[in-house]
Amino acid sequence: MTTREPVRLDAEAIRADFPILARTVRDGRPLVYLDSGATSQKPRQVLDAEREFYERHNAAVHRGAHQLAEEATDAYEAARATIAAFIGARADEVVFTKNATEAVNLVAYAMSNAATSGQEYARFQVGPGDEIVVTEMEHHANLVPWQELCRRTGATLRWFSVTDQGRLDLSELTDLVNERTRLVALAHQSNVLGTVNPVREIAARAHEVGALVLLDGAQSVPHMPVDVRELDADFLVFSGHKMLGPNGIGVLWGRPELLAAMPPFITGGSMIGVVHMEQSSWADPPQRFEAGVPMAPQAVGLAAACDYLSAIGMDNVLAHEREITEYALKHVGALPGVRIVGPADAEARGAAISFVVDDIHAHDVGQVLDDRGVEVRVGHHCAWPLHRCYKVAATTRASFYLYNTVADVDALVEGIQAAQRFFGAAPGR
Amino acid sequence: MQLDAMYQEIILDHYRNPHNKGLRDPHNAEAHHINPTCGDEVTLRVALTPSNGNGIDGSATISDISYDSMGCSISQASASVMTDLLIGRTVDEAMRTADAFTELMHSKGQGEPDEDVLEDAAAFVGVSKYPARIKCALLAWMAWKDATAQSLDKEKEGAS
Repeated sequence: MTTREPVRLDAEAIRADFPILARTVRDGRPLVYLDSGATSQKPRQVLDAEREFYERHNAAVHRGAHQLAEEATDAYEAARATIAAFIGARADEVVFTKNATEAVNLVAYAMSNAATSGQEYARFQVGPGDEIVVTEMEHHANLVPWQELCRRTGATLRWFSVTDQGRLDLSELTDLVNERTRLVALAHQSNVLGTVNPVREIAARAHEVGALVLLDGAQSVPHMPVDVRELDADFLVFSGHKMLGPNGIGVLWGRPELLAAMPPFITGGSMIGVVHMEQSSWADPPQRFEAGVPMAPQAVGLAAACDYLSAIGMDNVLAHEREITEYALKHVGALPGVRIVGPADAEARGAAISFVVDDIHAHDVGQVLDDRGVEVRVGHHCAWPLHRCYKVAATTRASFYLYNTVADVDALVEGIQAAQRFFGAAPGR
Repeated sequence: MQLDAMYQEIILDHYRNPHNKGLRDPHNAEAHHINPTCGDEVTLRVALTPSNGNGIDGSATISDISYDSMGCSISQASASVMTDLLIGRTVDEAMRTADAFTELMHSKGQGEPDEDVLEDAAAFVGVSKYPARIKCALLAWMAWKDATAQSLDKEKEGAS
């Protein structure tokens, strides 16, 4: 029995900051939002920051010499500094992208571009005989770009398998990550299983053999304190919209010496050094990776989200979610005919809980829950190979955040029981 | 409680006791369709019998539709209802039925199904209110259309 952390976060006060949580759905049912793993809701502070930018400072950043352009550029670069500090990084190590998916693609395509460039990009060149290592628990966003890189360059894709308990099988570590490995890409926290992976152990092996490590932090940065200096990764990607921020902004963090040595992915305006008709040279990072007019209002919104989370304290967010996770694992896990896919205890585990209900398809479970105002994700959650590993076509996933309470878990449990009654699958207790 | 409007008793009956399930021979063509949002899948075969004097064309009779599938109650029941409805009809009639069902599914809950045409399939009207479930209801129908088109193409290729 684990001891419960004392509650250090006032979820009810936090809920008051999120206008959407007060609405009803499906004929007057109070909204029970359990799909933050897909996207989080936004507090007023974030919405206000974005609105204020548009109402007061809107201009194209890094262009023009007028006052609004100066203000917009200052706001954009101040947002970069805030967001960088949130993950323990320097501002010039943070590149803005559309989302985590684009950030992964940025690195994968930079490696593709390096493969057809000269020796100046040798650090990033891959080809036949080289290996890229991923895991079976990856979101498609951190799998398909590497499949495609391998297809384009002739490199080989390899992967860690998962255990029945929902952990990475590290017995293969020294075989999988070897002298041929150029990059290891893995999730910090699984979006399906909730598993938090032992990044430092894998990164240590990767660095021993000279491989790079890219960490998908889409499910970790919103939910726990993350310090890039402690993680020992080379790249970290995450999305703004999963951490109370606006849609349309994500982050690639990279070690500065790597970003400086990396060719661009998307080319165009404001990422250049000098442009001639025949060829061009590139700006220094982060501008090298931010072609076109960037998403300044969204950067400002994401910085407001970081401020909001920092004011609460990421340690407190983590402790709150751990308490809910323990409660949910206990009460959902205890339901007859319900099986949790992923670690059964809250150790090294985040607040995403996927499960199967015997004899009821996830779509049907989700439909009954939705009818009661409980909004969950159903399907393969963009991790189809992982579902194949566990021989299930689809799961139901409840994912929690700082604004959820144990009452939300109770509503989930009652909803699962209602689904069992509705479809006549309720096992006798 | 909107659930009863969506999961009408007819749908739950077909889900619990699907008709015509299992893959059978002979068949003219087979199609495998997947719903990429949830991973549900169906493998479906059609067997067609030419009408007198004709090859396999729109006047051919659907002598069998067999299928193997994995998925939610809506996709399973829809496959079962479809086979009941289409087996024994001509390809042309069945295409009109499929069009009527597709139209019903895209009616956003406003459709008034013609029960003479759609019979048990009229029970799916409640599904059309839920955009995320329309693909579930249409999965087997799309596989049937695909397999039927393949059967007609094979006939054309054979003739040329």
